[in-house]
Amino acid sequence: MSTLTVRKSRSPFKIGILDIILYIFLIGLAIVCFLPFYFMIINATHNNAAIAQGLNFLPGKYTWANYTKMSERINIWRGFLNSFIVSGVGTALLAYFGTLTAYGFSKYKFLGNKTLFWVILCSMMIPPQLSVIGFYDVVQKLKLLNNHLALILPMIASAQFVYFVRLYLDAALPDSIIESARIDGASEFGIFNRMVLPIASPSIATMGMFNFINSWNQLLVPQIVLRKEALQTVPILVANAKGIYRTDYAAASMAIALSVVPILIAFAFFSKRIIGGVTAGAVKG
Amino acid sequence: MFKSLTKNDKYAHYGFLFVLPFFIIMAIFIIYPILNTIYLSFTVWEGATIPPKWVGLQNYLRLFKEIKEGGIFLQSIKNTWILWICNVIPQFVGALALAVLLTDKHNKIKGKEFFRAIFYLPNIITMASIAALFSFLLGWPHGAINDILVGLNILKEPFYFLQNVWATRLSISTILTWMWFGYTMIIFMAGIKAIPEELFEAARVDGASKWQTFKSVTLPQLRSIMTYQVVTSIIGGLSMYDLPQVLTNGTGAPLNSVTTMVMYIYRQGFSNYSLGYASAVAIGLFLHILVVVAIFLKFINKKEDY
Repeated sequence: MSTLTVRKSRSPFKIGILDIILYIFLIGLAIVCFLPFYFMIINATHNNAAIAQGLNFLPGKYTWANYTKMSERINIWRGFLNSFIVSGVGTALLAYFGTLTAYGFSKYKFLGNKTLFWVILCSMMIPPQLSVIGFYDVVQKLKLLNNHLALILPMIASAQFVYFVRLYLDAALPDSIIESARIDGASEFGIFNRMVLPIASPSIATMGMFNFINSWNQLLVPQIVLRKEALQTVPILVANAKGIYRTDYAAASMAIALSVVPILIAFAFFSKRIIGGVTAGAVKG
Repeated sequence: MFKSLTKNDKYAHYGFLFVLPFFIIMAIFIIYPILNTIYLSFTVWEGATIPPKWVGLQNYLRLFKEIKEGGIFLQSIKNTWILWICNVIPQFVGALALAVLLTDKHNKIKGKEFFRAIFYLPNIITMASIAALFSFLLGWPHGAINDILVGLNILKEPFYFLQNVWATRLSISTILTWMWFGYTMIIFMAGIKAIPEELFEAARVDGASKWQTFKSVTLPQLRSIMTYQVVTSIIGGLSMYDLPQVLTNGTGAPLNSVTTMVMYIYRQGFSNYSLGYASAVAIGLFLHILVVVAIFLKFINKKEDY
């Protein structure tokens, strides 16, 4: 808005005002992005009476009381453990098998290479919500209802992961390295484990994190697979907490805040990498 | 793409071996469920141990009847579209404006990285948590939003957002915009950065204004990335579930005004245990998305001919 024309006018004062408006706008928007989380965390430290009286801007003294009340009905730590098992193991398997797949497509001209890669691209376009009934049936037939494996195993088939790591390997892994390893007598699996995996690791980290978050935030499919409360992931527990604590805002706020805070902390540390994953997915457009 | 090494057929079968695990998983958990859903849509199935019973087109006839008589299925199509459109327009316009602003080379904004990160923040938080959070913020009589609006004298008395059809819809759309504008902005920023610098230089040499540069350089160059964004947004938007589901405890209240198509699938499948009918709804939704995307792409390509 303020740039070219303003520059030409050479009025430092004018630049100043426009810039100030611009920054006020950007900072305001940043506050809007963070404020809801702030209110939720603050509410988690007040009792119901204080919440009912109006908006609180400063922390209260009922953090522990709310936590105890929440723990009576919801085992959020169990939920965290379940979420970690599902997303962690799934991402680890994806990191290995997804990279193996990307490597296979990148460096081997087997029959059907192009066709199969095309199948992967197409599968990106079909939202999993649509085949949820068929998925439920498969999981039931495999006797995987109420089993985390029903959520872990499908994570291996991440089209975006393979697509992006393959692009990375195309660019970062020269054929000559593989040739010389073969001449040195390395096996094909040995080459993959000792050379390809480390070389691909930046792309694995980016896409791995992206898939971890995606899996962590899933609601619909876990809801269908995990009917037993002891197995349920954090999003399901939070969705249920809302119903369980209909009027007990304080306890529900605590559950919601606990589900949000770890993500806020993780984001503070890894925001660059996470945003890198978003951009990686976009450049293909 | 396939260079010298790949001509060496001696190793080709390893490639097949390497991609095999991926495709086994994909076949079991993605492709078979899709085909299975098509099959189940022609059956009556109440789940659990009772096997599905073939009934031909019965479920689809029920779908058409619901559309003709204005049942909840028709309502859910309308709702989903309303929620999507009211969210996607401000989201894209805002994201584009911010992306242009933050990538401006002549007016370097300090703390660009910070703004980019914080605008993106709502997008990585679990949608179920966001929904639960806003159900309290939108609360009545004492949610944070009512407290603020009354405090600023914008409202005289607290307004029960989640009991009013359009207030609920617009609340959900606004939350979605809030969640997604940062994501879309990041993608547009990547797109703008990929535009060759010479194009901007040429525009500048020609004395183009800011707006002219935007209209004749930035916008046309962003075309493919925008097309991609719209398509993925249609697909994601029409399969919307988490936010309205958790915000309304699955009821789509008030009066099913925010029951989306996927919520309807879930309700039919896993509350009413009409899994066959739910499958037909899913196939209906799939065809719906397919047609919409096809029309959109056709429209875009036609425009390109000019």
